[in-house]
Amino acid sequence: MPSTKHDKQKPGWSRRNFLVTSMVSTMSVSLLDQPSASAASIATDPHAPHTTTINVNGQRYHLALDVRTTLLDALRDHIGLTGSKKGCDHGQCGACTVMVNDRRVLSCLTLAASVDGRNITTIEGLSQADGTLHPMQQAFIDHDAFQCGYCTPGQIVSAVACVKEGHAGTDADIREYMSGNLCRCAAYPNIVEAINQAKTRMKEA
Amino acid sequence: MQSFQFSRSGDLQSAYSAYRTADAEAADAAHSHSQYLAGGTTLLDLMKLGVMRPERVVDINDLDRTNAGLVEFAGNRLQLGALTRMSDVSDHPDVRREFPVIAQSLQLAASAQIRNMASLGGNVLQRTRCSYFRDTSYSNCNKREPGSGCAALDGINRPHAILGTSERCIATYPGDFAQALIALDAQVEVMGRNGSRELPFAKLHRPPGQTPHLETTLAPGELITAFRITRAPFTRRSLFLKVRDRESYEFALASAAVALDLNGDIVKQARIALGGVATVPWRAHEAEASLFNRRLDDTAVRHAADVAFADARPRQHNAFKVELGKRTLMRALRQAGDMEI
Repeated sequence: MPSTKHDKQKPGWSRRNFLVTSMVSTMSVSLLDQPSASAASIATDPHAPHTTTINVNGQRYHLALDVRTTLLDALRDHIGLTGSKKGCDHGQCGACTVMVNDRRVLSCLTLAASVDGRNITTIEGLSQADGTLHPMQQAFIDHDAFQCGYCTPGQIVSAVACVKEGHAGTDADIREYMSGNLCRCAAYPNIVEAINQAKTRMKEA
Repeated sequence: MQSFQFSRSGDLQSAYSAYRTADAEAADAAHSHSQYLAGGTTLLDLMKLGVMRPERVVDINDLDRTNAGLVEFAGNRLQLGALTRMSDVSDHPDVRREFPVIAQSLQLAASAQIRNMASLGGNVLQRTRCSYFRDTSYSNCNKREPGSGCAALDGINRPHAILGTSERCIATYPGDFAQALIALDAQVEVMGRNGSRELPFAKLHRPPGQTPHLETTLAPGELITAFRITRAPFTRRSLFLKVRDRESYEFALASAAVALDLNGDIVKQARIALGGVATVPWRAHEAEASLFNRRLDDTAVRHAADVAFADARPRQHNAFKVELGKRTLMRALRQAGDMEI
């Protein structure tokens, strides 16, 4: 059994060992680089931290987290990428959809510890460096494929994967293969139109 | 969520050892302090609800680099590794062509995201959706707390089972894939203390009886490694029909996995399994026998459906499932009869 650092570390969490973990690599982002309130909440956590390294949108992150932390909470509360949304937190709504190694999954039902070493793509990773939107993002704007927008990041990540999987051939396919993303504003017809536009542009790109 | 020890294992032996380390005294799987974690779509959900509270979680996702991560079709045998994901198998060309009921049962289940996550081994072990089981504010659930009673018997039992029930539990087995497996006489390969063993899929789940907390015949730490299905004259003419409250991303109110071997329109062999209506993956042997050597006409199909639900025991809110289940099976048989193969 490959033992984890978690097993070897003594319980308790001080600012000192927090710093040590954070400096494992100077080439990548550690928790210390994120001056958020979340860092303080970790420091007071009674549970021994579990170290995990994940690549998010091409950037490497070393994290020391309560082992219960989901990928969704790691992204939002510890890395500061709040695009992925927490809807139901039970795998029923799809608002938390991200890609892990290019497959769309639910980050609320994924432990951060389980994706150690994997490549994560979130809504923040879809646009180009110069700010040009992904064809799917642009299509959602062009077709007004949302009202409140809360489900939109999950819809868009899911839709990009849906097209790449080859499951966006017909409107019926799109509706079936997007059924894991609920929209309480019921923007579904516009979402289908947006995906139809984007699937053509994604092929051209 | 209760905290837990976490480890990852990349081979079967170390996974089993890690599981048993925290669990050496467990008399049965229901008293186990450990859980294997694959896709997590059941486990994480139920841990957040406080329904499952393992002290040790053994992540077995790295087993997908072993044979447990492979789909193989050679000779007449299909082998599905337990760590393969639902989406990989439902999209597999050999599975779609030779065993449509398997591909359809997986494709009609859950959502694209969940199918990308959930392993086949975990899928067949998913826990019931009974709301009294999932909600810990109800103290009486024999499955969650043995001996505490069953709130569903006289509660809101619309989604509950009408076949295989007991006075201790009427929770529905929620899966779809299991019906395909039991209809096709699948075998399950399991790894445990004494290495590998194989058992018929039909022997994996236990009806609730007096012990609804014991859902399978697996010993503590035993791990499903593969499913094996043999091609037969009826496997190509097979399908999965699922009826539910919404058209996609929903559990079955009634489902039927059927497979037919026809000589003209005379039934040589029939395989029937029912979902959404039973406490365990449900094989309808008597209904199958009723079709033997019969012309697959409306009379035979209706009779088979009556036979399949002859022992149904509906409760206050789920009596509609008797008729719905019959009609689902009738339609499935007719559609299978009409298949071009």
